[in-house]
Amino acid sequence: MTRADVPFVSNLPRKGAAGRFFAPVAGFGVTMRNIFRRPKTEQYPRQKLPTEPRYHGRHQLNRHPDGLEKCIGCELCAWACPADAIYVEADSNTPEAQYSPGERYGSVYQINYLRCIFCGLCIEACPTRALTMTNDYELQGPTREGLIYEKQDLLAPLAPGMLLAPHPMVPGTTDADYYRGDVTQAVRKQIDWVRENRPDDPSLPEVHHG
Amino acid sequence: MGLEESMPSFLTGTVEDVVGWARGASIWPVTFGLACCSIEMMATGGPRFDIARIGSEVFRSSPRQADLMIVAGRLSQKMAPVLRQVYDQMSEPKWVLAMGVCASSGGMFNNYAIVQGVDHVVPVDIYLPGCPPRPEMLLGALMAIKEHAKKTPLGAHRREIAKAVEEAALAALPTSEMKGLLR
Repeated sequence: MTRADVPFVSNLPRKGAAGRFFAPVAGFGVTMRNIFRRPKTEQYPRQKLPTEPRYHGRHQLNRHPDGLEKCIGCELCAWACPADAIYVEADSNTPEAQYSPGERYGSVYQINYLRCIFCGLCIEACPTRALTMTNDYELQGPTREGLIYEKQDLLAPLAPGMLLAPHPMVPGTTDADYYRGDVTQAVRKQIDWVRENRPDDPSLPEVHHG
Repeated sequence: MGLEESMPSFLTGTVEDVVGWARGASIWPVTFGLACCSIEMMATGGPRFDIARIGSEVFRSSPRQADLMIVAGRLSQKMAPVLRQVYDQMSEPKWVLAMGVCASSGGMFNNYAIVQGVDHVVPVDIYLPGCPPRPEMLLGALMAIKEHAKKTPLGAHRREIAKAVEEAALAALPTSEMKGLLR
């Protein structure tokens, strides 16, 4: 007697009468269960579901609480970038044009979103937490040039208490005080400086007469 | 093309609107997944994002039945002639969406094997960044293509624009002639 002559016996448990009766439609079980469930479809343009809080979206250049920029133009983000998407040019702060605490600031800051892969290595490299990522993902455009974001496109909007840069640092402070978080908002001296040099600045607080 | 060629211009104005609405409402993409972006493109076709809501449900395998080419992924030099052939086989009007950074500009693959942006090979209408873009981003870009398609000119208008584009392309300075810092 050879192996081929042994009749095949399945190891699976034998079905009862009901099991045999429903066997032809058993494959529809998943379908039937899902007919009575609500659809999972996201209605994207009308209903935008929030991303995960740590989603890697568009970048943002942050500011100190008095409105000075955090970016010091060190180019570490550009060095860390695996896709060479970031271009930074640094310039020296002067008493007439102080953009960030300390010596230097980023005068040109460009991110090419057609190269950026949103890996976040630039965020890890940034020594001043100037560069972070938002949850904003809606980017697209008809031209290549339009997707190179400049500094003014990336800078964070002004929060209450902030003044548009350039303006001097808080009197009597150094950049170390800024990094320790000792500066909490723009002070009177800075407001007066901006009022003197740029009277039409939209970030100036309203003057209270009388 | 046909009927709209021989119509007076006040008529083609409204015909353009109606035809544009119809074109924008059902843009069928051709299957052209090249890399990881195509996984996200398939997810967009699935039930959670449901590309059929905006009229793009059928990914046509034949370019002759498709309106839109979603170039999803990095395009290698070896694949470039294939992409161009598929684009040439598509019937007018046709649009191209460069999905993801690799298709748009080469992305992080700045090397000899990858075409640095599919606009070296085919004309691109919308660039979509992201690595890969999330399905919402692809839907957003499809909406942009839709608005673009609605404004497609017909007949004499189309010929005028084609002529202007051709002249501008002939007059443009080639990249090899650009000197100094490219910024």
